[in-house]
Amino acid sequence: MSRPEETLPPDLFYNDRESRKYTTSSRIQNVQSDMTYRALELLQLNGPSLILDIGCGSGLSGEILSSVSPVDGGPHLWVGMDISASMLDIALQKNVEGDLLLGDIGQGIPFRAGSFDAAVSISAIQWLCNAESSEANPQGRLSRFFNGLYASLRRGGRAVCQFYPKNDAQRSLISSAATKAGFGAGILEDDPGTKKSKLYLVLTAGGGQDQG
Amino acid sequence: MKLLTVNFLTCAVKGCKGSAASFPLHFEDAELEQREIGYNPTFLSNILPRLDWDAITTTALELGFTNLPATKPDGSFETADEHKVMRDLHTLLMETEVVQGKMVCRNCGHAYQIKEGIANFLLPNHLV
Ligand SMILES: [Zn+2]
Repeated sequence: MSRPEETLPPDLFYNDRESRKYTTSSRIQNVQSDMTYRALELLQLNGPSLILDIGCGSGLSGEILSSVSPVDGGPHLWVGMDISASMLDIALQKNVEGDLLLGDIGQGIPFRAGSFDAAVSISAIQWLCNAESSEANPQGRLSRFFNGLYASLRRGGRAVCQFYPKNDAQRSLISSAATKAGFGAGILEDDPGTKKSKLYLVLTAGGGQDQG
Repeated sequence: MKLLTVNFLTCAVKGCKGSAASFPLHFEDAELEQREIGYNPTFLSNILPRLDWDAITTTALELGFTNLPATKPDGSFETADEHKVMRDLHTLLMETEVVQGKMVCRNCGHAYQIKEGIANFLLPNHLV
């Protein structure tokens, strides 16, 4: 099976048909929600927070953020960004509580400095590495994304991005772009070496004491 | 889109970064809806220091809300009046949504369309 990133850009790949397929497969949904809970754990939030969901798709992660109980430090409020109008349309039909923004994270993050307590991203940021035109090269897209993300987080705020790099070169391209933007960065791998292996890019804005 | 989110959004156009006129974005032809959401004073206290009160005042006036306090509440919940202020803030920021219309940048003039509550921030390549 070919990787979706290699066939089409995300706004074209996740058309109505693919979006429906993606959001009705219970296997995909379970994996996505497990990864969201893991990311949430890694964010180490200590109370109800304002969270940016990068590549929010149909709002699956967002629904989890909205449903964290007060005992567990929630519920959180989130703003989701996605490039696929079809995916956002499904989120809309589900009447999710967070706000939805149609946007390309490779063009930047349109929020003022220090807006968010944290950011989360599930299976999205590897899309930054494909670029169809010469004016939109991967380096430029990665740097606009990470610079924008860094600025939009409050100091000490964290971002956890689960991602599927195509290979080691892409993995280091992504993490070095994050470091260049000023993030303290580390990659965590769950179930390494197995088919279930999952990578999390764990980022801290402003560096300093809060670096796990 | 909640008015809370509006208080954090800026123009995405490259040349507008750092320009004072690019925040807040200004509403035209906005249609509003109220949607109930659980009152969460802990969240409000968390977010309060980050709110730009001048921008909230501007946005609220554009949308026809005139009864906002002139200065940012200090976030205390001691008295009944203070409770009411925070409740009102909850209603305005968390429960008031712009469902249709556009947001315009005063610096570059770019208009961001809002449809069914979703703002379109996709830019043509030459503006990135
Ligand atoms: Zn502008």
